[in-house]
Amino acid sequence: MKVTMTVNGQTRTGEVEGRTLLSSFLRENLGLTGTHVGCDTSQCGACVVHVDGKDVKACTMFAAECEGAEVATIEGQSAPDGTLNKIQQAFQDYHGLQCGFCTPGMVMTAAALLRDNPTPTEAEVREYLEGNICRCTGYHNIVRAILAASGQEVPAVAAE
Amino acid sequence: MYNFDIETPSTVKDAVAALKQEDAQPLGGGQTLIPTMKQRLAMPSALVSLKGIDEMRGICEDDDGRLCIGGSTTHAEVAAGAGKYPALAALAGQIGDPAVRNRGTIGGSVANNDPAACYPAAVLASGATVTTDRREIAADDYFQGMFTTALEEGEIVTEVKFPVPEKAAYMKFEQPASRFALVGVFVAKFADGVRVAVTGASEEGVFRWSEAEAALTSDFSAGALEGLSLSGDGMISDLHGSGDYRAHIVKVMTKRAVEAA
Repeated sequence: MKVTMTVNGQTRTGEVEGRTLLSSFLRENLGLTGTHVGCDTSQCGACVVHVDGKDVKACTMFAAECEGAEVATIEGQSAPDGTLNKIQQAFQDYHGLQCGFCTPGMVMTAAALLRDNPTPTEAEVREYLEGNICRCTGYHNIVRAILAASGQEVPAVAAE
Repeated sequence: MYNFDIETPSTVKDAVAALKQEDAQPLGGGQTLIPTMKQRLAMPSALVSLKGIDEMRGICEDDDGRLCIGGSTTHAEVAAGAGKYPALAALAGQIGDPAVRNRGTIGGSVANNDPAACYPAAVLASGATVTTDRREIAADDYFQGMFTTALEEGEIVTEVKFPVPEKAAYMKFEQPASRFALVGVFVAKFADGVRVAVTGASEEGVFRWSEAEAALTSDFSAGALEGLSLSGDGMISDLHGSGDYRAHIVKVMTKRAVEAA
């Protein structure tokens, strides 16, 4: 069947099967491999994208369910000239990544958090990241990066 | 994943018609069903997605003051929109993680009746009514054991109607990896009595703890539970906790729920 959705502002159409996951459609049909598939069981959050403004796990919904949807992925986060957005920049500044595999999901989850709660507490950041796993266990710097991206001072003791 | 057909009807009527085909199964938010299908523990030949049915989405109040939640309403929408029933909103806000709450639905949770899911405790403790495409089912008749409900083949949970108690609270002792309830207790105090529903603990799925209900109806305080004890027989025993451990935690969580209500 044919499915059409808006991905990072562009209309994209593709041929899918019933079983085609949104993550597969993004990666294989559209070549947007920034959305990572870690566990494929909706535990790890590496595949988090936004669908109609909500953060969801792209490995746990079907492409066919996204007909007409607005989808945002990590590829659409930086400016067209490659300038990082403030969350991405903060991840760089605060060394919020080690191997980088979980980073797309972390950034997309952070974007969803900061949209609804522009100045979260450290505890709120940690709670919101409940569904995102970093197997380098680099959580402290991720939390610091998100606090910095929110424009708040990152306390010296934060995440220690 | 093996292949199957997927349909995306926009009305309950069309969904019910689509579910008449052999081996068709309704798909709510898919946060349980899709991982289950990846493991081939479920292998429907067709899925009928309920997410595009607007009439099954949203929260309103009926003439009896009940909070009516459409079957396709997500956990995040209940957490944000069920302010009239704060204990229910709080429960919804603790399910899974934020991305799961943006997809998972109340209808899906109630239809699946996972023995460790949170919603069944709220539905049973509230004495809610489960509305389907063909009838209304009282909570006491609806839950029939682990993963088992009164639903017939192809029947869809279109709405759940919650009477709003005077006081209520849900206390969940989380299994820290899955965030499912190792034990979850929902206590609801109505003018005519207290209802206590327990999830996560029993091999029979969600159940009412009637001794606690009687004690709390005559004295709504944590102290009223002091002399009670629950047997570990029939409780789930696994690597996370023995049956006796779960039975003990039920009492602890019930006390905490009473104190928080």
